[in-house]
Amino acid sequence: MNTSHIRDQFPALKTKVYGKPLVYLDNGATAQKPIKVLDVLTEMNRSLNGNVHRAVHYLSIQSTERYHRARESIRNFINASSENEIVFTAGTTGSLNLLAYSFGQTYIKPGDRVVITETEHHSNIVPWQMMCKRTGALLEVWEVDESGALDPKKLEKIFDSSGPVPKLLSLPHISNVLGLINPLEEIITIAHYYGVPVAVDGAQGIVHKKVDVQALDVDFYAFSGHKLYGPTGTGVLYGKEKFLEEMVPWQGGGDMIESVSLKKGTTYAQLPLKFEAGTANYIGVAGLGAAVEFMQELNTEALEAYEAEITKKALQELSTIEGCIVYGQPGTYYGQNYEKTPLFSMAIDGAHPSDIAQLLDRMGIAVRSGMLCAEPLLERYGQTALLRASFALYNTVEELEFFMEALKKALCMLR
Amino acid sequence: MTIKEKQEKVIEEFSFLEDWMDKYEHLIELGKTLQSLPENAKTEDNLIQGCQSRVWLDARLEGGKLIFSADSDALITKGIISLLVYVYSGHTPQEIVEADMTFIEKIGLKEHLSPTRANGLLSMIRQIRMYAVVANTQKA
Ligand SMILES: Cc1ncc(COP(=O)(O)O)c(C=O)c1O
Repeated sequence: MNTSHIRDQFPALKTKVYGKPLVYLDNGATAQKPIKVLDVLTEMNRSLNGNVHRAVHYLSIQSTERYHRARESIRNFINASSENEIVFTAGTTGSLNLLAYSFGQTYIKPGDRVVITETEHHSNIVPWQMMCKRTGALLEVWEVDESGALDPKKLEKIFDSSGPVPKLLSLPHISNVLGLINPLEEIITIAHYYGVPVAVDGAQGIVHKKVDVQALDVDFYAFSGHKLYGPTGTGVLYGKEKFLEEMVPWQGGGDMIESVSLKKGTTYAQLPLKFEAGTANYIGVAGLGAAVEFMQELNTEALEAYEAEITKKALQELSTIEGCIVYGQPGTYYGQNYEKTPLFSMAIDGAHPSDIAQLLDRMGIAVRSGMLCAEPLLERYGQTALLRASFALYNTVEELEFFMEALKKALCMLR
Repeated sequence: MTIKEKQEKVIEEFSFLEDWMDKYEHLIELGKTLQSLPENAKTEDNLIQGCQSRVWLDARLEGGKLIFSADSDALITKGIISLLVYVYSGHTPQEIVEADMTFIEKIGLKEHLSPTRANGLLSMIRQIRMYAVVANTQKA
């Protein structure tokens, strides 16, 4: 794939750090933005800023129209059946908190069960713990095996065990530690067989996989704009209309109401505004719309092939480093193919991730080190910190090679 | 040597290291040579948890002087720790309370003390001071 044409569209990649060219390999944390997105943000801030849904003047009409257009772009991007199913939030974390609160208040009673996996980002753990505390429900954990794969038999065991059938299963599309694509179709089929709705943390998934919420038959899908080459502070909660329709709102305020009366009480707005209290991040959302359009203009097949090439090469090169374990190896587990995206979390004998990351930083390379917001999974592996390099569509094979060289140099200093 | 003299010695030592690479190499060397804490001193009580790396600090009062020993699972952090131990260990609580706690910044490692680093170092410095303050008031 010709990455130079793509790279040109990302001005941030030209940044110099300590006088050296930036090699940005922390895309799992956040991605850089293409000009198309930056231009929308600038244009709206400079000349089209008017609050949405609130006025009849030109600016408000313009920004309201763009807000709606972005919703339509995103509906189209994930093939939702209606715009009522696209709720804008501040990010994956916002989406999951909204879901945990509203789903919990609407459907969960004391003694009910909700299931998550051991591979979650803290964002898909803590909101559920809070919800359980509020409602008296129990949080059950679907454990992973050493490979990071999920054994469907273990899930069925949870579903079959005594007590009521769980009210919800929430799991990641792709764990931000493992980079493996979970077999959602199979898992959702099993869950639905038991009558359990499924929520997916798609923060990493939406970036690497074409998502069709109808084909997947997923009940909720949460993602962030900033990892998808869009603006920070934007996010989406997709939810099937039948659930969203029934669910009570999370936050109250302007925009989410139909009528407010101090005497008669308040009635709520129709979907999706019922879940969007207060002035929306409409400029960010317009930027997210542009990011999604940017993604749709790319050749998805070429892109997936390119990512597969980077992944294969990186895994192979990393396997030559003595004492290096890369968590989440692709392969067939429990009859399902687990593909890997170009995200590599590793532990290296005799070198602490934070030391490696600091040395790489001085060579111009941005990687992540630490607990990766997934303390339970690290604990499962007996680790207190990992080093993570995560690639995006604009990273090159040369950057991978440079990273490998730099890594070896750092290890030489440390071991 | 007084704390101040030790600090000046370290600052002098670092003034010869211009390049970041030399600086890090020196810190790594210091980290490798600092004696590790015995496993039984790496207790929860002594642990300063950071997201990036973990730091253990053990303190005891001997003949009116505070003796620090410390460790980290990350080498660069451990190198900085060894400087802190060298400078502050073996002094009276009074001397430590009165000492300048910012010399690490003067050797160009300021960013390592940023709370956002989450490497436990900032908490370690605060902890050293705390031990000194507590020992000082107990004595008084
Ligand atoms: C798998 C996963 N879930 C949730 C999140 C949280 O996303 P955000 O911080 O954008 O809300 C992240 C990213 O940090 C992630 O990788």
